[in-house]
Amino acid sequence: MSAVNPVARLIAALLLALVLVLTIDPVSAGVALALELLLFPFAGLRWGEFWRRTAIVWIAAPLTGLTIVLYGQRSGRMHLEWFLVQISDGSIWLGLATFLRVLAIGLPAVVLFARVDPTDFGDGLAQVLRLPARFVLGAFAGIRLVGLFADDRRALELARRARGVADRGRLRRLAGLAFALFVLSIRRGSALATAMEARGFGSGMRRTWARPSPFGLREWGVIGLGALLAGIATAVAVVTGSWNLIVG
Amino acid sequence: MPAQGGISKPVPFHSKGTLMSTTLTTPQRSLRWRVVDIVVAAVIAVASGLIFVGWNVGTEIPRHALEALLPGLQGLFNGGWLFAGVLGGLVIRKPGAALFVALVAALLSALVGNQWGPLTLVSGAAQGLGAELVFLAFLYGNFRLYVAMLSGALAGLATAINDLVIWYPGADVPFATIYIVTSIVSGIVIAGIGSWALARALAATGALNRFAAGREGRSDV
Amino acid sequence: MPPVPAASVSARGWGWRHAGRRAWAIRDLDLTIEPGERVLLLGPSGSGKSTLLHALAGVLGDADSGEDEGELSIAGRAGLVLQDPESQAVMARVGDDVAFGCENLGVPRDEIWRRVPAALEAVGLGVALTHPTAELSGGQKQRLALAGALAMRPGLLLLDEPTANLDPAGVVEVRDAVARALQSTGATAVIVEHRVEVWLGVATRMIVLGVDGRLLADGAPDDVLAREGAALAAAGVWVPGHEPAPRLDPPPRPGPTLLTAEDLAVARVPDRIVRSGLDLALAEGEVLAITGPNGSGKSTLALTLGGLLPPTAGRVLASPELAGGAGPEPIRWRSRDLLPRLGSVFQAPEHQFLATTVRDELAVGPRALRGAGTLPDAAVAAIVDPLLDRLGLAALADAHPFTLSGGQKRRLSVGTALATAPRVLLLDEPTFGQDSLTWAALVELLDAERRNGRGVLAVTHDERFLEALSARRFAL
Repeated sequence: MSAVNPVARLIAALLLALVLVLTIDPVSAGVALALELLLFPFAGLRWGEFWRRTAIVWIAAPLTGLTIVLYGQRSGRMHLEWFLVQISDGSIWLGLATFLRVLAIGLPAVVLFARVDPTDFGDGLAQVLRLPARFVLGAFAGIRLVGLFADDRRALELARRARGVADRGRLRRLAGLAFALFVLSIRRGSALATAMEARGFGSGMRRTWARPSPFGLREWGVIGLGALLAGIATAVAVVTGSWNLIVG
Repeated sequence: MPAQGGISKPVPFHSKGTLMSTTLTTPQRSLRWRVVDIVVAAVIAVASGLIFVGWNVGTEIPRHALEALLPGLQGLFNGGWLFAGVLGGLVIRKPGAALFVALVAALLSALVGNQWGPLTLVSGAAQGLGAELVFLAFLYGNFRLYVAMLSGALAGLATAINDLVIWYPGADVPFATIYIVTSIVSGIVIAGIGSWALARALAATGALNRFAAGREGRSDV
Repeated sequence: MPPVPAASVSARGWGWRHAGRRAWAIRDLDLTIEPGERVLLLGPSGSGKSTLLHALAGVLGDADSGEDEGELSIAGRAGLVLQDPESQAVMARVGDDVAFGCENLGVPRDEIWRRVPAALEAVGLGVALTHPTAELSGGQKQRLALAGALAMRPGLLLLDEPTANLDPAGVVEVRDAVARALQSTGATAVIVEHRVEVWLGVATRMIVLGVDGRLLADGAPDDVLAREGAALAAAGVWVPGHEPAPRLDPPPRPGPTLLTAEDLAVARVPDRIVRSGLDLALAEGEVLAITGPNGSGKSTLALTLGGLLPPTAGRVLASPELAGGAGPEPIRWRSRDLLPRLGSVFQAPEHQFLATTVRDELAVGPRALRGAGTLPDAAVAAIVDPLLDRLGLAALADAHPFTLSGGQKRRLSVGTALATAPRVLLLDEPTFGQDSLTWAALVELLDAERRNGRGVLAVTHDERFLEALSARRFAL
C-alpha cells in the first residue's frame, strides 16, 4: 500500500465514504464492511498496528449507534419511552445502520492512510491533482515543522517543574504548554518561510519536480476497487430495498 | 536625493539590475497570500489539528455523557474544532484563510486516524466555510471581537447542519434543535471569544510580527 | 562545484524601514562590492546587518512589510543561509531538501540530481540522499542549508550568523565548508557574524555598520580591526585581542558539600541510558563545569542533578544543609521545594518563560514559593526590582519575554532562577551564542553568586568561561 500514490488512496477513501454516506441503512454498510474486512489483510498493515490505529473507530461506532437507538426518529413499534429517550423499531434499525456505517467508513480510511509519506503526498497533490504548488508545499513544510516538536515538548514540561509550578493545576499547565508550542512553531514557521523564499519559492516562476509522482495501473486499480466496493454495497442495498437516502 | 519612480514589486529572484527604487508612504493592504502566510497558516492548522486529536479522544465519552443528560447537548463541545478556522482568519487575514486552516487541521486529524475518517474533511470544509463567510462579509477588513464571535457562530451552525445530515440523519427534531443551538453557543464562546483572545496573546509575544494581526495595537517603536 | 559568474552589489543612498517602526533600520547606504570579494559585515545588534542581507536576497517583502528609499542592485543571483538550524530544512530527506531550490528555479530533473550530490560534497556532508533531515546535528543542518543554496549556483552567497547557534565543533565545520565552497565556486560572499576570529581567514574585506545603520568603517580586515576593534568590542562583538577579561578575585575556598551523585546513571527516555557510573560532588562556593563532546549526556546529567529527571540507577543526594527537611533525593521533592534549593536554567530560554511581562516572569518563582496569590505586590517588588537592576533589564520590565533579544532572554532566564535564591544553580550552556557584553555580565553574576554561599554547576563548551571562573572540570 505504501507504494501506491497517496492521491489514489485519498480518492478511493473519499469515494467509498461519499457513496456510503448517501444512505443510512445497515445493508449497504454491512456489505461494505464485510468486503473491506476481507481486503484488509492485503493492505500491508501489521496486526498490532491495525488494532492500535483503528481503536478509536471501534470505540466510537457503538457509542454513535447507541445515540441513534436512544434518540433516533421513531417509527414502528415503541419499546421504551423515558423523558426524551425513545427506543423504537425504527431507531434500532437506524442505530444499527449508524454503527456499521461508522465502521465501514472509518476503518478503510485508517488502513489507507496508515503509512503515507508526506513528501509523496505533496508531490501527488501538486503534480497529479494540479493543486497550486505554493499552497501544497508551503502547507507541508508547515506541517512537517510542527511534527518536530517532541524534544521541545519534553523540555517545556521539565521547565514547568523547575519553575515550581508543576504541583497542581494540570489543565492550566497543559494550556500553557499548548500555547508555548503555538508560539515556538509560529516563529519557526516564519523563519522557514523566509528560508523558502530565499530559495526561490513562491516567485511565480514555473517550477520543475525532482521526484515524479506516478499514477498508473496500480493507482487506478485501487480507485477501481474502492468504486467496486461502493458499487456492490449500494447495489445489494437497492436490490433488497433497504437503500435509504439520508435527505428526506 | 533618493531616486523615485516606478512601483516597488517583490524581487524576482534571479534578476539582474535594480531591486528597489521608490519611496512609498504607507504600507498597503494586499490580499495576495505571501509564502509566510501559507506556512504559518499550515502551522496554525497543524497545531490546531493536534489539539483536535486530543479533543476527539478526550471528549468522546463526555460527549456521550452530556448526550445522556439532554440529547443534543454534546454540541457544546463543538467549539473545540471550530476555533481553528476562526483563528486562521484572524491571524492570516487573507481570503480563504479560515477555510484553508480548517481544512488542513481536519486533514491532519483525519490522517492521524479518527472515528470519522475522510468525512472529517467534509466537516472541516463546512466549519471553515462558515467562518470564512463572515470574514468575507466584512471584506477581510474587520477583525474585531464581534466579528470573531459571528464567525464562530456561523461555523457552529454550519458544523451542526453538517453533522445532522451525515452523522445523525435519523435524529428527531428536539435533538436537532438542541444540537444546533448548543453548537452555535459553543462556536461563539470557544471559537469566537477564545480564538480572538488566543490571537491577541500570540501577537503579544511578537510571534506575529510579519502579520497585520501582530502589528496592530502596538505603538511605533 | 564548478565556478559561477560572481555577482557584484551596488547600493546608492539605500535605506529600509520596517512596517510599524519609527526608526529606519538602515539609512543612506553607499556601497559597492566587487565580484569575488568576501565581506565580513559587523556591527552591534540593531545596526541593520540582517536587513541588508535579507534585501540582497530579495526576501524583505513587499509594500506591506515596510518601505525603502534609494537604490540597491545586484548583478547575479543570491543564496541565503540563516541562523537557526531548526528552521531551514524544508523537506524531510536530505536529497529532496537540497533539490528544493533547483526545483523552484525550473532546473530539469536530471540536472537537479547531478547538482545535489555535487553540492553535498562541496560542503562535506557525506550522508545518504534519503537521510532524514531531522536527524542531523546542528552543524550538519547548517551545512545542509548551505548545500541547498549552493545547488542554485548563486553568484552571491549571503550568510546571516550561520554559526551563532552551533557548538565549537559545528562552528569549525561550517566555516570550513563555506571556505571550501567559496574557493571552488569563486562566488562573492557577505557574512554577518559577531565572532570575528572564526572568519578572519576567509574574509577579504570588513565593513562595520553603526547602531543607526550608518557605515562606520570599510576596508581590509586588519586595518578595520586596528581602527575599530575597541569600539566593536564595546558593542558586544568578539574581536580577537579585545576579548572581555573580567578581573575577578581569586575563588573562595569551597565550603560544605551540597549535592552529590553516587554511581549515577542518566537517561532522558527510561530505556536508553546515556551515561552510567557517575560520581561527583558540588560544594558551596565552587563552580563545577560539566564538559564533553556532543551527545555525551551533559544536559541529561544536569537535568537529573537538578531533580527534574529521575536517575535510572544510582542516586542523587542533597546534603542535609541543602535539603533542609525536604528529604535527601531531589527527584522526590515537590516542584515548589526545588525553588529555594536547586535553580535550573535551560539551554533555550524560551522553554522556561511562563509570564507575559518581564516583571511577572521574575515573580513566578517567589509567588509559587509562597503559594499562589498569597504574596502581596510590595513583597514581590522587593525581590524583583533589585533583580531587574542587577540583570540590566529594568527598562524592559513591562516587555513581553519573547520580544527580548537573545542576550536579554538569557539574562532573564538566569534571573528567574535567582529570584528564589537557590543554594545551587544549574545552568545548561549559559554562554551559548552570546555576545561579549552578555558574556561578561553572566560571568560577573555567577561569580557574585558563588561568593554568596552558592554552588554553581554549568554544562559548557566555553573554555574562556571556565577559566574566568576558575571552574573545576568534570569531563564526560
